[in-house]
Amino acid sequence: MTTLTINGKPRQIDLPEDTPLLWALRDHLGLTGTKFGCGMSLCGACTVHVDGEPTRACVTPVSSVVGKNIVTIEAIDQDAIGQKVQDAWLALGVPQCGYCQSGQIMAATALLQHNPNPSDADIDKAMSGNICRCGTYQRIRAAIKQAAGSKESNS
Amino acid sequence: MNKTIDHAELTAENEISIVNISRRGFLKDFALSGFVLAAGLPALTWADETATPTAQDKYGADAMPHGWVDNPLVFVAIADDGTVTIICHRSEMGQGVRTSLPMVVADELEANWLHVKVEQAPGNEVRFGNQDTDGSRSMRHFFMPMRRVGAAARQMLESAAAAQWQVPVHEVHAELHRVIHPATGRSLGYGDLAQAAAKLPVPARESLRLKTPADFRYIGKGQVGIYDGRDIVRGLGQYGIDTRLKDMLYAVVARPPVFGGKVASYDAKDALKVPGVIKVIELPSSPPPAEFNPLGGVAVIASNTWAAIQGRKALKIEWNKGPHGNYDSVVYKTELEAAARKPGKVVRNESDVEAALKTAAKRVEAEYYAPHLAQAPMEPPAATARIVNGHCEIWACTQAPQLSHDQVAKWLKLPAEKVTVHVTLLGGGFGRKSKPDYVIEAALLSKAMHGKPVKVTWTREDDLHHSYFHTVSVERLEAGLDDQGKPIAWLHRTVAPTISSTFGPDSKHQMPVELGMGVINVPYAIANLRIENPEAEAHTRIGWFRSVSNIPHAFAIQSFVAELAAAAGRDHKDFLLELIGLPRRIDPRTLGDNWNHGESPELYPIDTGRLRLVTETVADKAGWGLELPKGRGLGIAAHYSFVTYIAVVVEVAVSEDGILSIPCIDVAVDCGPQVNPERIRSQIEGACIMGVSLATLGEISFKDGAVVQDNFHQYQLTRMDDAPREIRVHLLPTTEFDTPLGGVGEPAVPPIAPALCNAIFAATGQRIRQLPIREQLRKN
Repeated sequence: MTTLTINGKPRQIDLPEDTPLLWALRDHLGLTGTKFGCGMSLCGACTVHVDGEPTRACVTPVSSVVGKNIVTIEAIDQDAIGQKVQDAWLALGVPQCGYCQSGQIMAATALLQHNPNPSDADIDKAMSGNICRCGTYQRIRAAIKQAAGSKESNS
Repeated sequence: MNKTIDHAELTAENEISIVNISRRGFLKDFALSGFVLAAGLPALTWADETATPTAQDKYGADAMPHGWVDNPLVFVAIADDGTVTIICHRSEMGQGVRTSLPMVVADELEANWLHVKVEQAPGNEVRFGNQDTDGSRSMRHFFMPMRRVGAAARQMLESAAAAQWQVPVHEVHAELHRVIHPATGRSLGYGDLAQAAAKLPVPARESLRLKTPADFRYIGKGQVGIYDGRDIVRGLGQYGIDTRLKDMLYAVVARPPVFGGKVASYDAKDALKVPGVIKVIELPSSPPPAEFNPLGGVAVIASNTWAAIQGRKALKIEWNKGPHGNYDSVVYKTELEAAARKPGKVVRNESDVEAALKTAAKRVEAEYYAPHLAQAPMEPPAATARIVNGHCEIWACTQAPQLSHDQVAKWLKLPAEKVTVHVTLLGGGFGRKSKPDYVIEAALLSKAMHGKPVKVTWTREDDLHHSYFHTVSVERLEAGLDDQGKPIAWLHRTVAPTISSTFGPDSKHQMPVELGMGVINVPYAIANLRIENPEAEAHTRIGWFRSVSNIPHAFAIQSFVAELAAAAGRDHKDFLLELIGLPRRIDPRTLGDNWNHGESPELYPIDTGRLRLVTETVADKAGWGLELPKGRGLGIAAHYSFVTYIAVVVEVAVSEDGILSIPCIDVAVDCGPQVNPERIRSQIEGACIMGVSLATLGEISFKDGAVVQDNFHQYQLTRMDDAPREIRVHLLPTTEFDTPLGGVGEPAVPPIAPALCNAIFAATGQRIRQLPIREQLRKN
């Protein structure tokens, strides 16, 4: 039995220690907001925060995150910046199918937590690991800037 | 950005709208759940009458299986507290249909959007009308039926109020969730009127009073936020892959790597040792044609997805490759080229192209190659099935709910009423999720596990290896110019394996649907013209990918027009406009196109005036003709598809060592009346990214019969850093809502690749004739 700290609460799971965090979240804890897209850290759909760092849950064994603070999309509204990001996403109508947006929001929130006023280049760097097949990139960029409190390009 | 009306303003208990559909009865309880306007539901004769197209009505929604339904009792329920529930019967896959169609109902109903709930219909076309969510036709086909639904419900509420007040009905009117009697200042809320309204007859269709566009509250305004937005940004949207049922088992399937292959033998010993693996089950393969059949293979059933994936890795399987084991994309390309260099089946012929080519002052020829593509929706295919007391319930991200229903009934040998298909949100579809092979897999595995709930998840590798692939094509064009540089001859040979090969044996020619996607119906005024379609044999499952055959056809034709302009020494935009010719309305049948995207040729002629106007508009907006710095260039393309007119200007910058970037794309769109302009813009923006992605990176290739690309490191998609920095969508203004609607989801994809390649030519002088562009521009 392994204990993980997820969204501020201890959660017990009984899985082999090499099980990726993604499947522990989705299949065992019912936290399906963290999405499966590739299983190889290529698309970012499974992005969660581990001790504040954006982390691809699909390649993160549960054994490696014991004792760490894991935050998923379901709790990102408890963070002031996370909430701003969600609000900007809605105000600008970012989502289309929405499937990748959990990961996009987690990546964007981590970016703004580390860098409250990112340039276009900073946004490219932080967000290019997250694929959106619907093609919402333009609105994602605008929403990050809106959440940062700046609608103008900073580059 | 306009202020949006957002469901976040509703109370907490309303906030989860679709999320629980896997856990509660959903629509089957609709009539019993206290929604009173729906209480009078039993007689559905109206729906049944409208479901069958008549001989005269063979176009549009009338021609689709089960047509349309406009009975308000089917689509609207009003609770005592005034909550209006509207059914969405089309699948939500990012186009915004769960917002836009209910919004149309709400507008005619004079409902307050803040008190509207949307529920998703299960697969049941007799009840709801056609549900195949493809072909860019949800709004085009259901705008008017949904208006009538809303208007009928509104009139029932007005009648109920008038009766209660004992005043003539013309003295009352509905306004934002209330019915008002201005003469006396009385008013009643919809919740108060619902019981009485439900007892009234549904007004006859001829008696409906539709709003005039000036009175629209939501339609055409673009101020309604995405219905599911609040759930999506909190990770609460329920997609097919998210389904969770009590005691559910998790499955992945090892499928034959080569289409037409099957299991020769397998050893499950090691797989069964993987912790969590419960059972290994062989699934039978089906003989060709592919149809919607599951591919067969070996399934691993486990207590979680990861264990199932690990178990599959431990399987030892010997495959029989079958007849397509030598499919090799490099070789196949040469076969397509050889076919394109010889005469083929003539599908359209005007005058004498050979003679005209002989007399031409200048001859230009070019061949274009566009590879297979996979739709690669971010949510891979996934479905869950459970069988209880002989009733199979499915939860799936499907574009084809009724087809899924029928296929499950067929494969499980169950009567139709013993199958229910619940439709979840789709994490993208793009045509892949029109094929329910993965849904059937779930049903077969649940049956094999004695009815226990089984969720089948496709990994990304599964998705890329076993798509119904976009075709692969060689397009060969040859044209003659007279001494003024005017085109006098046009010979186009289009060679590509056809979608019909997926459904019938030995289909080697493109069907009318494919030819009607921009090749046979090219509207240019050229006196001598011939279109040929030589044979091509399919070696994999060919399916539809967002905008389908328009992609290779537009890539070739719009690139070739640029090549002709260059050969004639003309400005490309001016040359293109001359080729489009004077404004005229062409009956597509006169071009040999009897399909016309399924629409009436009278209602939807090809209007070259509209094609001109989008071309002129986009050129103007993009600053066509202005001098650009070295290494920069503009390219233009115009394409008509899904009865919508689109023109695009792409601006590129190519560095000295050949690195491509895209500062801007301008898109002009004439899709007729714009019901939800905000979602139209988002669809066009997304189509630009998909167009760039397929033009620069997208390729599925085969070797030894199997797909080469395993995951996103090999099947690359455009990411934020390579995306166009700016996309400017120019919707041609319309105020009239009585002209026919065009499609929106697909038609902006096809012109992107040629406009991009034309821009690269303008910037560098290098002509791209083979997609994807990938490293072709690199200098070192």
